[in-house]
Amino acid sequence: MNQPPGIKLSGQHHLDGQLLFKAELELPAGAWTCLLGRSGVGKSTILRLILGLDTGGVFDGNIVASDGAPLDRRIGYMAQSDLLLPWLTVLENICIGARLRGASPDLDRAHALLARVGLADRAGAKPAALSGGMRQRAALARTLMEDRPVVFLDEPFSALDAGTRADMQELAVEVLAGRTVLLVTHDPAEATRLADQIVVLSAEGATRWPVPSTPPLRGLSDPETLRCQSRLLDHLRGVAA
Amino acid sequence: MRFLDILLALALGLGLWQGLVILTDAPHFILPSPLRVAQAMWNSRVIIAENALVTASEVALGLLFGSLLGVATAIQLALSRTAERIMLPILVFTQAVPVFALAPVLTLWFGYGMGSKIVMAVLIIYFPVTSAFHDGLTRIDQGYRDLAQSMGAGKYQFLRQIQIPNALPSLGTGLKLAAVYAPIGAVIGEWVGASKGLGYLMLLANGRAKIDLMFASLIVLACLTVMLHISVGLLATRLSRYAGGGGALRPV
Repeated sequence: MNQPPGIKLSGQHHLDGQLLFKAELELPAGAWTCLLGRSGVGKSTILRLILGLDTGGVFDGNIVASDGAPLDRRIGYMAQSDLLLPWLTVLENICIGARLRGASPDLDRAHALLARVGLADRAGAKPAALSGGMRQRAALARTLMEDRPVVFLDEPFSALDAGTRADMQELAVEVLAGRTVLLVTHDPAEATRLADQIVVLSAEGATRWPVPSTPPLRGLSDPETLRCQSRLLDHLRGVAA
Repeated sequence: MRFLDILLALALGLGLWQGLVILTDAPHFILPSPLRVAQAMWNSRVIIAENALVTASEVALGLLFGSLLGVATAIQLALSRTAERIMLPILVFTQAVPVFALAPVLTLWFGYGMGSKIVMAVLIIYFPVTSAFHDGLTRIDQGYRDLAQSMGAGKYQFLRQIQIPNALPSLGTGLKLAAVYAPIGAVIGEWVGASKGLGYLMLLANGRAKIDLMFASLIVLACLTVMLHISVGLLATRLSRYAGGGGALRPV
């Protein structure tokens, strides 16, 4: 993996002729940025714009990496749905990136990554035989297999039960350390726990929200984290009103 | 249990048939009794078997070529937007032409042998297979497209690794339809002009007032079609199970 770049986005996005948002957003290199905001405000659109995916709208502005190099193929992507292919085994799913590029996958690395996410004994299983948490761990291993310096997570933990979610958050922070991460989330608790930087998106723009002084991964019961979390929740409800 | 159900249904059908014969008191050259048909089937077993083999070959070859052609077309359509735009309306238009109306021309072009019947079966199943498979290839979770694009997937690799396996259940649906249509195509071809096949034998028997032989041929044709339908159904189930990851949901 190369040195992770920071990313700057500034501009406005129109959907069907209507302004969706006008924002400036900076993702610091090698840090976790959590992006919050009410549904439909364009959180996922920002993520898709930087990823170069179709958004169905028109973006007027620019997206640059801090090292000036193009972002193409430098961003890994993990969505809320695990997107595991049901007909492939877990191991084959981990290796799908190489197969989609017509290359042969590094199987030793795939096995090592499966062990790292705790699925070493599940390499030959089909996704249907896994629990929701295991499936997301497999998806995380697939993201790691791509070994991109930037990783975008679009609510990857939101469908998991609370305990599994906390485990997944810890695992993600551990294995994605050193990468530039953008996490789109609905959950103030998740954001305050994981973020180096919190950004709240509304139609008026993207505003930064102060994070606790302790480094992530913050304790679930740490008072400062809890205070930050409840204030953030109030703020989000205010924005939504 | 299932076997018993089938036996019961069979007994019921034969009973109704025999009842109808007794009630109407129809002469055997109008409505033969089940026993008479069974006798005719036994007495003419060689000629029925010969002709059934011809029809079965026509259906099998028609199914094979029609499916291959349909699969190839669907893939081509899925790969190229231009092909999709130009070809789809043509395909739909060709479906508006009743294949039955083409049968005499096909016989003229491809002769009285098996050729014209195979072409007939191919034509009649081509569209259902193409349409079902194309549908499966293009109707794919946007998430897979996004993931593949972010991974830098090539168009052909995406087709091979994701689109085709994802479309296998739809292909199974198309093949099941094809299994119903293919025998119809072949038999219509035989009615229009043939010197072999169950359709030909039925016409021949009808013309000579051998209604019992006609019924015997019809029953054999129906049995062949049901067998074909069951085998293709099994294949379709296998395709679905494969695409679903083995079928059995076993949450841990």
